[in-house]
Amino acid sequence: MNLMALEAATAGNAFTELLGGIAPEGTPTWALWLGAAGAGVGILVAFVSLVAMFSVWLERKVSAHIQCRYGPMYAGGWHGWAQTLADGVKLLLKEDMIPLGADKPLFMLAPALVLGAIFGALVALPLAPGFFFADVNMGLFLILAFSSLTTIGVVMAGWASNSKWSLYGAMREAAQVVAYEVPLGVSLFVPLMVAGTFSLTEASAAQAGWFGMHWFIFQNPFMLPAFIIFFIAALAETKRAPFDLPEAESELVAGFMTEYSGIRWSFFFMEEYAAMFLMSAVGVVFFFGGYHSPLTALFPEEATTGLLYQLVCAGTLIVKSFVGVFVMMWLRWTLPRLRIDQVMSMGYKYLTPLALVCVLGAAIWETIFA
Amino acid sequence: MTEINTPPEPPEAKTIEIPETARTLPSGEREFMLDVSTSDLEVNMGPQHPATHGVMRILIRTDGEVVTGGQVHLGYLHRCAEKIGENVEWLQYLPYTDRYDYLSAMNNNLGYSLAVEAVMGVEIPRRATLLRTICAELNRIGSHLIAFGTYGLDIGAFTPFFYCFREREWMMALFEKICGARLTYSYIRIGGVFNDAPVGWLKEVERFCDVFEEKWQEYYDLLVVNHIFVQRTAKIGVITPEMAVDYGLTGPMLRGSGIDFDLRRDMPYMAYGEISKAGVYDVPLGRGEKGELGDCWDRVYVRVQEMMESIKIIRWCLGCIEDGPVIGDIPKVLKVPPGEAYVGIENPRGELGHYVASDGGKVAKRCRVRGPSFCNVAVLEKLLPGTFLADSVAIIGSTDVVIGETDR
Repeated sequence: MNLMALEAATAGNAFTELLGGIAPEGTPTWALWLGAAGAGVGILVAFVSLVAMFSVWLERKVSAHIQCRYGPMYAGGWHGWAQTLADGVKLLLKEDMIPLGADKPLFMLAPALVLGAIFGALVALPLAPGFFFADVNMGLFLILAFSSLTTIGVVMAGWASNSKWSLYGAMREAAQVVAYEVPLGVSLFVPLMVAGTFSLTEASAAQAGWFGMHWFIFQNPFMLPAFIIFFIAALAETKRAPFDLPEAESELVAGFMTEYSGIRWSFFFMEEYAAMFLMSAVGVVFFFGGYHSPLTALFPEEATTGLLYQLVCAGTLIVKSFVGVFVMMWLRWTLPRLRIDQVMSMGYKYLTPLALVCVLGAAIWETIFA
Repeated sequence: MTEINTPPEPPEAKTIEIPETARTLPSGEREFMLDVSTSDLEVNMGPQHPATHGVMRILIRTDGEVVTGGQVHLGYLHRCAEKIGENVEWLQYLPYTDRYDYLSAMNNNLGYSLAVEAVMGVEIPRRATLLRTICAELNRIGSHLIAFGTYGLDIGAFTPFFYCFREREWMMALFEKICGARLTYSYIRIGGVFNDAPVGWLKEVERFCDVFEEKWQEYYDLLVVNHIFVQRTAKIGVITPEMAVDYGLTGPMLRGSGIDFDLRRDMPYMAYGEISKAGVYDVPLGRGEKGELGDCWDRVYVRVQEMMESIKIIRWCLGCIEDGPVIGDIPKVLKVPPGEAYVGIENPRGELGHYVASDGGKVAKRCRVRGPSFCNVAVLEKLLPGTFLADSVAIIGSTDVVIGETDR
């Protein structure tokens, strides 16, 4: 492990700075780095859990209001805010079930892999100018690679469960992964060309300014179609309706999750919501100005290093991302599910060529006008 | 021990011989195994499965996502309903009829009552006939709402289901007001109906009709003409008109294939002859609008349109209903004169026939039921091979099977 590289990657990281400030004189750098990494992991886990829990609650309320219901109203008092917490405790206390014929190590590894991949992907996401876990210069690659890793977890879970329904789910996931990963990656080339960087921190920083002025979505006429392609592919990536084929409950009972229960099942559940947040945050960073908003533009230049500014930036990004999450939920409770061949033909025949056209058009535009 | 350095002999080219023991697939092909081949996966869909609408078991053989064969196994909910009919008194059997097609209990009551009345030859008061018609049509709406809502669930759309239940809830509240029960009514009795409608009930039915017409457009826009829904259901599970007749399909399954046959109009019972002559309602037919004639979309379309036709019938009945007695001259201990009768009525799912025979006693000599779901479900084995697994769920849903009635 190259400590120097890691140190460089975490330079400017809020934790390293903070620890550097309070640690006694002469503390070796590696200790500082380890401390920062530990704090980072702790905060990341807490952050993902909070985001997932809030998303679950939000989904319940959104789906309920779409369907003329109230949703949770009792747990915790105000509009059932503690419902997810109560469910989490219940899931934690449930019996740990592993089917007799299951491949035990794989069965246990799969949920951990799926959730771990999302943690890994979130490392590269900058919430504010100085509020990130690692400034990876190939941040987008890292995120896409890690979120593809969840697919392996899903296939692993489906195979290890030793259930036919799980196998169908895993098979569908494996079949549709190529169909949406390609347009997902290709559509992101368009903002990449405008940004000129793979780093999410640099891409965010490049979009500063008054409302929308420098957001990538307005920089180029090919950005909007690219964003729509990205959003559709992101829905498939997060296994959300209308692309929830791997777990299609009316067809495959629960797909790859059929044999899972208790806390292992809740790992898959949390992953889904964390992935929704992640995908929508990536969309915000590369299309909708990252952590910039009219509110952050109000801050004078000298105040942009202060804690308040950082918090406002983080809040902005989280709110913007949840708008995307809300749209995903809205779609889920409105649309029927596609069939596997329709998903694949859409990915191969329409999204991929369209994304390539967008890339070509954006490249020509950038050459001529930028 | 084989020498590592010498390459192995290349295997001789063989012609594939299909052994005598090879299974014949439902598609007519012979199944055989090559050295490197995938085998079909046999999977039990049900008895506990979200898509089978009850305890139906379908043994499905799949090659990847493609279904190569399906076999329907029934009987998990068999409760000897017909035999019970030959052991309890005439009137006591009525609650049992509620329980076979539990989504359209009013129509079951009606079918049995009409059959017994046909043997007895009693006169039914006018008000009772109209109340029966209103209840049967309201129940048809409720049943089609469930068929349509759960079909949305099968396709993966959750929300229409809740919208359907919102209106069905009101329908059940109406029935609760008139007879005290929400699912198993036993309201339509031999000789008339159990009780007169409470004050204001007919007004509320009228209000229900007004609201329902508005809400109906919601279902139509949200699901029936939804692009993804059309993609999923058009050209799937096509039943040609010939096939529909051959399999003895009835109800929306038959009309979805474009065959114009409705017992209410073609073999009229109660006031339906009058209603049909007045041209109050049309019989909606599948036309292959979005795909082929007789596909899943056509069947759903027929059901959705039938709800509106039922509203028209209810409005007609509300327009001409007058005060009067609601039950004919029926003794407390019913003795049916010797004779036999078969009466088929248009249940939401098709022709529900009751055959009863009496030897003049307090108990039926013979009591048999011709259930529409039981006959309609037979076509599944023909439809399933060659479809995708997801389509097979769509096809099963489009038959609108109620297991309580297939198994009785």
